[in-house]
Amino acid sequence: MKFAVLVFPGSNCDIDAVKAVEDVLQQPVDTVWHHTDDLSDYDCIIVPGGFSYGDYLRCGAMASLSPVMEAVKREAEKGKFIIGICNGFQILTETGLLPGALRHNNTMQFRCEITPLVVENADTPFTLDYQKGDVVNIPIAHGEGNYYADEATLARLNANNQVVFRYHECDPNGSIERIAGICNEARNVLGMMPHPERAVHDLLGSADGKALFTSILKAWEGRQRA
Amino acid sequence: MILARIHVTLKASVLDPQGTAVTKSLHALGYDEVTDVRIGKFLEVKVDTTDRAVAEERITEMCEKLLSNTVIEKYEFQLVEA
Repeated sequence: MKFAVLVFPGSNCDIDAVKAVEDVLQQPVDTVWHHTDDLSDYDCIIVPGGFSYGDYLRCGAMASLSPVMEAVKREAEKGKFIIGICNGFQILTETGLLPGALRHNNTMQFRCEITPLVVENADTPFTLDYQKGDVVNIPIAHGEGNYYADEATLARLNANNQVVFRYHECDPNGSIERIAGICNEARNVLGMMPHPERAVHDLLGSADGKALFTSILKAWEGRQRA
Repeated sequence: MILARIHVTLKASVLDPQGTAVTKSLHALGYDEVTDVRIGKFLEVKVDTTDRAVAEERITEMCEKLLSNTVIEKYEFQLVEA
């Protein structure tokens, strides 16, 4: 299984994502510059955290118009696995691959801490190795992680079981219904503010993010057999 | 040359933490008459045309595609001769 980690000017969690894939899965992974317009070689595309284009204008806005995002949209339509983490989540909402938007934290703070999340949907390619209701510890590091969707969108997300993670017994940023991560209707695109790639070893304070990566590999292997 | 003066602000229904913080600071200074502050962005975009209709169409497109996120923001602009 081949992974791509996109790199925009300002990405700073790209290497963390590469290391997580290498260490947890021992699978090939390339960093891919945002001018690339072909991602057809890859089975999973990670849009990493950071501050693409310095977060100028709006977080994720300019990155969403990079040539590579057209390629991401094409691969998403084919059903490839796409995961946007933190700034990557912001980029995926800006492209329209995921609904809603991320606003400034209501706490007026940049929040950088390990947060408990509850796994709301264990039936996605990203959460197969979790159980519904599991509480996992995954760090956040963001100033603009306050998820917003209008009522109609929110109703649709809940009805389709697209909320994948919620903050558990904490509210670090004011997200509507404490949403921490959502997927698209087809389940192959995930966006989340917390950083699973920073939680793949006990030395990092938590290894609870590992299962997210093993889930992706398991889902991909399942597809190969089918 | 036409200059577009564009204001992008959060929709009224969307919480504005920056504005809330500034409201509190103004209250701390004694400006108790302040009931609300909303913070947005002001952009000046120069376009190389003299045709106002064209400029209006192009600026609207720019606002829809990049300069604002219409999920949470609204925009308005004025065009002036530059």
